[in-house]
Amino acid sequence: MNSQAEDHGHHISQQFNSELEAVKNHMMEMGGAVEKQLSDALTSVVDADSGLGKRIMKEDDEIDAMELKIDEECSLILARRQPAASDLRLVLAIIKTVRDLERIGDESAKIARMGVKLSEEGEFPEGFVEFKHLGKNVASLVGNALDAFARYDAEAALAVAQADADVDKEYGSATRSMITYMMEDPRSISRVLNLLWALRALERIGDHAKNIAEHVIYLVKGMDVRHENLDNLADQIVDAE
Amino acid sequence: MNTKENLEETGTMRKVDVSAVLNEDSVTDDQLETCIDVSGLNLYYAKDKQALIDINLTIPRQRVTAFIGPSGCGKSSLLRCFNRMNDLVDDCVIEGNIVLDGENIYERAIDVADLRRRVGMVFQKPNPFPKSVYENVAYGLRIQGINNKRVLDEVVEESLKAAALWDEVKDRLHDSALGMSGGQQQRLVIARTIAVEPEVLLLDEPASALDPISTLKIEELINELKQTYTIIIVTHNMQQAARVSNYTAFMYMGNMVEFDTTDNIFTNPKEKQTEDYITGRYG
Repeated sequence: MNSQAEDHGHHISQQFNSELEAVKNHMMEMGGAVEKQLSDALTSVVDADSGLGKRIMKEDDEIDAMELKIDEECSLILARRQPAASDLRLVLAIIKTVRDLERIGDESAKIARMGVKLSEEGEFPEGFVEFKHLGKNVASLVGNALDAFARYDAEAALAVAQADADVDKEYGSATRSMITYMMEDPRSISRVLNLLWALRALERIGDHAKNIAEHVIYLVKGMDVRHENLDNLADQIVDAE
Repeated sequence: MNTKENLEETGTMRKVDVSAVLNEDSVTDDQLETCIDVSGLNLYYAKDKQALIDINLTIPRQRVTAFIGPSGCGKSSLLRCFNRMNDLVDDCVIEGNIVLDGENIYERAIDVADLRRRVGMVFQKPNPFPKSVYENVAYGLRIQGINNKRVLDEVVEESLKAAALWDEVKDRLHDSALGMSGGQQQRLVIARTIAVEPEVLLLDEPASALDPISTLKIEELINELKQTYTIIIVTHNMQQAARVSNYTAFMYMGNMVEFDTTDNIFTNPKEKQTEDYITGRYG
């Protein structure tokens, strides 16, 4: 599939080449920034670092600005170039992915806010292990989804989309643990609730990673797999490589 | 068109059948009939100059089929096969079959003049006759021996209306057609073609010499005409093919590379050559 990635640079119009290249690079930069936001947010909770948490919340504005800029670039390409086929799918996939990235940024800021609150509470809450584990899995899903985009790798994207079910399952069992903690020690309720919000944000980020993976499958295969059973489509996605 | 007015008049909200609005064609896709069937078609302009190589293609009735491809790929040659315009080219040899309504048009028994009435053609440059608007449209009927004024009046009006030209020319039907704008002349030529009630319309770059507004009028007209006729259009303007056609055939160096619905060709073509062409890459 690498050939397709390189192919974005073979238009007769050099300017079109550079426009597509630029918008894709900007999206990958935004992806990198969002990945960093997420990993910092996880650290701010784990290390109870309220300074880091506050910084993340401020930096969310930069992510929003990137979204606006990339959307603008995409609408100019649509208006001026009328892209078709894989070029059209690239622009559409970028528009959609950027929206999911922006939401991941928002959710990371939410996690950071919970981190600030938790650090103010001072004490180490229960449920820390669950949070760390889920956080690690979700962060790797986001990273893998972006890698799949960069490499036009539908097979890797399929793996990400399928792995989201595991995240949902893990979130379910973490929620049950949190309920147990609250029942065991009612004084911990406010702390554990904050952690529960952060877990919820992680679960949402997993969904956005899955969306990005679906955009990659659309980009590479031209198949719209949203709301479909991925296990049934796996053969088509992988075989046609 | 006046759905909104109807709603306002009755003052009630009516449930709109969305599928009927989306699919305004009179024939749904699963009722598609074959209009023209091309099989094993080879065309040579000279012994060592083959312009079409083993073309196989089925053109559906009451749909718009677009041929796209770079200059010299054979799309106009193929279009001209459908009403045997290539017969006029010296040394042109054609092998294979083109079946129109179950009848091979390259049979000896075929009356070529009648074939060209059934399969009308419009060219890139508007070519009205140096006659009045009225006489241009009536020309085809007159050569068939129809001179009854009432019949002619009716056909001229109907044809000009069908070509979306009536309102612009009804007050100057007897002025020279050469005084009209390029876009009007092209619609006049279409009116002249449909006056003789063809089944198929062949359009060879019908809008490439026109300004954008006239182009849109022609495209709008194509959309209207496909309710009645089978339309085959050759165009260099890929966006135009994407806008007006239901099916698209991509040709390259005399080969039919890919034939599919226009939606598939422009969002997810199967062949790399098609992809490279419609996205503007090196072949």
